[in-house]
Amino acid sequence: MVFLVMRLLPGDPLTLFISQSQMASGQLTVEQLNELRHKFGLDKSLSMQYIDWIGGVLHGDLGMSIFYTTEVSTLVAERMPITLYLGMLAFIFSSLLGILFGVICAIRRGKWIDAVITVVANIGITIPSFWFGILLIYVFSLQFHWFPTGGYTSPFTDFGLNMRQVIMPVFCLSLFSIASLTRQTRASVLEVVRQDYVRTAWSKGLSERVIVFRHTIKNALIPVVTIIGVQVSLIFGGSVLVETVFNIPGMGRLLTQAVFQHDYMIVQAGVLIVAVVVVLSNLIVDISYGWFDPRIRYG
Amino acid sequence: MVKKGQIKKNSKSLSNEDASAGFEKSPPRHGELWWIVRVFFGRKLAVIGLVIILAMILTAILAPWLAPYQPNKMDMTQVLQQPSWTHLLGTDSVGRDNLSRVIYGARVSLMVAIGAIGMSAIIGEALGLIAAYFGGFLLQIIMRLTDALMAVPMLLIALVIASVLGGGLKNVIIALGIGMIPVQCRMMCGQALTIQQNDYILAARSMGISGLRMMLRHIFPNAFPPLMIVTTVGLGATILAEAGLSFLGVGILPPEAAWGSMISDGYKFILTNPILSFAPGICIMLVVFGFNMMGDGLRDALDPRLRGIL
Repeated sequence: MVFLVMRLLPGDPLTLFISQSQMASGQLTVEQLNELRHKFGLDKSLSMQYIDWIGGVLHGDLGMSIFYTTEVSTLVAERMPITLYLGMLAFIFSSLLGILFGVICAIRRGKWIDAVITVVANIGITIPSFWFGILLIYVFSLQFHWFPTGGYTSPFTDFGLNMRQVIMPVFCLSLFSIASLTRQTRASVLEVVRQDYVRTAWSKGLSERVIVFRHTIKNALIPVVTIIGVQVSLIFGGSVLVETVFNIPGMGRLLTQAVFQHDYMIVQAGVLIVAVVVVLSNLIVDISYGWFDPRIRYG
Repeated sequence: MVKKGQIKKNSKSLSNEDASAGFEKSPPRHGELWWIVRVFFGRKLAVIGLVIILAMILTAILAPWLAPYQPNKMDMTQVLQQPSWTHLLGTDSVGRDNLSRVIYGARVSLMVAIGAIGMSAIIGEALGLIAAYFGGFLLQIIMRLTDALMAVPMLLIALVIASVLGGGLKNVIIALGIGMIPVQCRMMCGQALTIQQNDYILAARSMGISGLRMMLRHIFPNAFPPLMIVTTVGLGATILAEAGLSFLGVGILPPEAAWGSMISDGYKFILTNPILSFAPGICIMLVVFGFNMMGDGLRDALDPRLRGIL
């Protein structure tokens, strides 16, 4: 646990530091009036700005956006739920499907279903998500007209439309994760199946279901959980691209636009928030190890 | 010598039953490298991957001779042509030959991949090695820094850095290189920490060799196999990330042909000319597939425990 807290703490200053360099070039490239600089505190030294900003963040103030001239926190509050919603869906979707496919493959090793899923998984980890999105739009929106090409409506105003808009981006976001989780699960289940305790279970005459679920899967999931933690970061990274393709007004899009507009306040806040979300979810994943593998104890 | 062969034979028959048939032919004095090569080439997918990558490298080198047209030459009389014998993959919105641009795109992708991975490997592995060798405070600092970098999605780091530096080949390489550092650093550090437990390190130390020599001659070569896997797969990941950056418009600058930006250009004309964005996408897929399969093959060859599973 001590280690986890250690990891939490220094995570943030560095991300700030990256955005600080963003800030420095913002000063150089965007030639703004000195008054404006003063208003946003840009005429202070970098370290002062940094201290100001940290102080603000600790008070829950993320600063002002230069481009939108509104509070960054309101912008983020608007955009973040959308990305979180998509990300959560993609995360759940990929965890369930990835593990399911992986287990199916491992149990039916060498059968046609294993071959098919393995090939698809191998392709899945190679497709660029944005290109896959374009492909989906081309086939399902432009050829078959099943789904809208993009946009976003809140699930509370129109649930049906929201589902139809969300299904393609979520699939896009989760494809890579599904594929890599499938590969990892398959490998790890096959590893566990060879263990002595599984052979013992078979020789005790336990039913296949009990062996698969109780003995095999639970043990095989330990390395998979590690990969699941990585997926959170990947899904967030992917949302930058996927939101652009599907024209969804989420965090990813906000960040991309902010980068182009040199709106570094948003970039700083966005990177910070994404980092916090990723670290938090990794914390949850780390804690869940204890459940999967009671041998692990935190000191 | 005989003993060595015996051990190998055993490990082989344990882990890979079907490949043991031709074993007697190979004399045991072939070293570890020969063994690795054999396993690698015993895997169909790994060989396919290798062939794809070699084809890509050849395409990149021979681009000026292979491409039927200049990749950046505009021809306003030939705008948005459908695929035909004069333009095999059609032309884009300013009349540039798509096939030529795809061919030249291989160059850009390859340069970015090699440059960024080279940079991250040198910096990341040096840091990891130093962290593991000196331990203590230095280890803590370096590992916390990589933790922090890991907390932000790599694409986001690259996006921010690339937007600070501006687009262009060199800056994309730097941006992606920084993004890839933590992976290399962690791998190196983890390996080095394990290797340092070995007796031969103790032996070397008792001989009084210098720190640098210890790191480079004794620790690094032994950590090399897993690093090679990470690097191979990393090449594919870098190409994906570069395509993503170029797609967003912060990657390779416009007149240059890059697969990512070609996809986003072609996207505008997807109803009439879908081939414009499909062709570069398929290229990205093929190349990344190639690197991944090579990585799998290497993993099989270098890590006997996983052989035949992944």
